[in-house]
Amino acid sequence: MFDTLTLASLSPEDEALRPQIRAFLSRHLDGLPLDRRARSWQGFDADFSRKLGAAGFLGQTLPKEYGGGELGPFARFVIVEELLSAGAPVAAHWIADRQSAPLILNYGTEEQRRKYIPAICRGEALFCIGMSEPGSGSDLASIRTRADRTDKGWVVNGQKNWTTHAMHSDYMIALLRTSGTIADRQAGLSQLIIDLKAPGVTVRPIVDLNGDAHFAEVFFENVELGPDALIGTEGEGWKQVTAELAFERSGPERIYSSVVLLDAWIAHLQSVGRTDAHGLVGRLMTELAALRAMSIACTARLVLGESPVVEASIVKDRGTTFEQELPMAIGDDLAAHPDEVVSDDLHRALLYVTHIAPSFSLRGGTREILRGIIARGMGLR
Amino acid sequence: MDINELLEPFARMLDTAAAPALVRAVEGGASAAPMWQELLESGFLDALVAEDKGGAGLSLGDIEPLIEALGARAVPLPVAETMVARALLADAGLAAPDGPIALATSATSGQMVVCALVAAHVLVDTGAELILADIADLIVTPTGVHHALAARVAWTGRPQGQSLPRPAHGLRRIAALLRAALIAGAAGRLIEMTTAYANERVQFGKPIGRQQALQQNLAVIAEDAISARLAAQLGCAGGPTGSLVAAATAKAMTSAVVARIAATAHAVHGAIGVSEEYDLQLLTRRLHEWRLADGSEGYWHKVIGEARLADPAGSIDWVRNAVFA
Ligand SMILES: Cc1cc2nc3c(=O)[nH]c(=O)nc-3n(C[C@H](O)[C@H](O)[C@H](O)COP(=O)(O)OP(=O)(O)OC[C@H]3O[C@@H](n4cnc5c(N)ncnc54)[C@H](O)[C@@H]3O)c2cc1C
Repeated sequence: MFDTLTLASLSPEDEALRPQIRAFLSRHLDGLPLDRRARSWQGFDADFSRKLGAAGFLGQTLPKEYGGGELGPFARFVIVEELLSAGAPVAAHWIADRQSAPLILNYGTEEQRRKYIPAICRGEALFCIGMSEPGSGSDLASIRTRADRTDKGWVVNGQKNWTTHAMHSDYMIALLRTSGTIADRQAGLSQLIIDLKAPGVTVRPIVDLNGDAHFAEVFFENVELGPDALIGTEGEGWKQVTAELAFERSGPERIYSSVVLLDAWIAHLQSVGRTDAHGLVGRLMTELAALRAMSIACTARLVLGESPVVEASIVKDRGTTFEQELPMAIGDDLAAHPDEVVSDDLHRALLYVTHIAPSFSLRGGTREILRGIIARGMGLR
Repeated sequence: MDINELLEPFARMLDTAAAPALVRAVEGGASAAPMWQELLESGFLDALVAEDKGGAGLSLGDIEPLIEALGARAVPLPVAETMVARALLADAGLAAPDGPIALATSATSGQMVVCALVAAHVLVDTGAELILADIADLIVTPTGVHHALAARVAWTGRPQGQSLPRPAHGLRRIAALLRAALIAGAAGRLIEMTTAYANERVQFGKPIGRQQALQQNLAVIAEDAISARLAAQLGCAGGPTGSLVAAATAKAMTSAVVARIAATAHAVHGAIGVSEEYDLQLLTRRLHEWRLADGSEGYWHKVIGEARLADPAGSIDWVRNAVFA
């Protein structure tokens, strides 16, 4: 079953990027405190993203013609692995580099490609994903926000919710209803690129349980867009979004969200010289290694030009389970030694990850929805 | 070389030579000699023997799918073990006996050895050397576990037999890789059987596989089986001289998923799954046996953890160097 997920490896050319990105990171991340780094790919720093772009570390999968590195998904894997391992604040460019640019490349017009992709590769065009709405989470096909045709293009009305970094983004790629009613479900949906500076757009950040504001609600009141706002084919939004989600779900960020905490805990064990945690450390390393092999196997499907929807769901479900287990296991280990002093840094990182961990299996599609996709892939539904 | 060219004839051979009825017969005490004869004549037993020594010159990574195929059929003979033993013997310039060779991976007399009841020889790792002991010169005691072919193997003094050099990290590292691939194969087959059963068995007017509760559980064990397979492949790719941590990862990961896969497979099958005449139990009993053999996940986790804590690198780096190198 799922025989396509089989051992694959990174090429020496891809590995050659590692020392370069490392040198870059050691120059630019020095002194970033642990609990900032523990924010992993939710940490936002537009300046850092622009520097990455200027150094040529964005758009690895995109054609040179549009400013990309044209090196493929494995090259991106190496870069992303290093960024996450270092706890770099990557949120500003993350969505654009991972899914918006590939989507524009696949479905966009030549004009749209030229307008957006080079700017994305420079880290200058920041994108967010407008899928969820107040009434539509898992049941994405039930969205109500509409785009209607006018003689000048489109007019958008409605509301998106939980939109990551909408308040800092330049554009949203939104899934909208362009014909029919909610009863039509997947039919009649399209994707549009919305300039978030357009009149009628209101973005209200939402503060989370850690005090961070990384997502927002976005209101559209008669927002007028040109005809070139449509990306891809009208009515094909569902199909496009499914392909986009394969990019969104398949990356190593779905296994590495807690890795900064993991490393901090291991450094703690080493510094206090404790030897009673070998079994737990070994168990976590085992999972990490197996997940890395799974993630590389999934990336290999992207390299072949496939859209590994089910494979990505497998890696994401298992990866987020691991990411969520880490703070629980580490918390138990540390608190099982009440006479041992834990640094403020480690304590803050632990509690940050502990509190945010439930979101790992919500964002990008919930655990239950992913398992449903896997079950369909198994022929059970 | 495309391994599928080997895998297909190998799997076909196993489908007849080790059909479930024959597996049951051997477990029940019938002679395994006819089954072994077919395996011997197939030529596959020398897959790992170097080409200049008359073998196929394949690596453990190459033949990992063959070992999975053995696991998927619950073959009641130490086939993969014999492949390894024959390669080690050939490397040492020694002729291999024709019969099945089991692996004793501890220096302790009285240890449990998988397939000892059907082996003609046991390759014993004394910690200093390997000794190919004739089964007749060892004390083999059945465990009393129903239909188990593993048995206690003991000797007095020092096991008698030809001596050959001990590979780096001994036989336990290699046996761990074999068990990992066997578990991966059996796990994959269990997922297929269980999915097929869930689509056939009707309760409440529809196949039980239409129930979301079952779908979610089946998705989880499918993930378990995939991570087992990749960990086994990863470990075996390291080859006979690969790192101890890579082998440890393979055995630990595969062993760690056994409990949930076996439990869910049985739960989905209901009562029929625990009946002797149904094939499910052939595989689930093997899974448990292989998990407990040559170090469970608990044993290997400690090996991995100790190596990890001795290294100042970050975890992703460490995993890359220790497991993927
Ligand atoms: C940190 C974070 C960032 C996010 N960023 C974005 C973003 O940038 N853009 C965007 O569009 N969205 C974003 N989201 C929203 C995310 O996609 C949704 O949270 C997710 O799809 C679930 O929707 P919901 O929260 O409305 O939960 P619901 O869909 O209401 O689900 C609640 C619970 O019910 C379960 N459930 C629902 N339906 C079923 C079913 N059929 N079978 C079994 N169980 C079911 C779910 O699994 C879940 O456990 C983000 C969410 C988070 C937490």
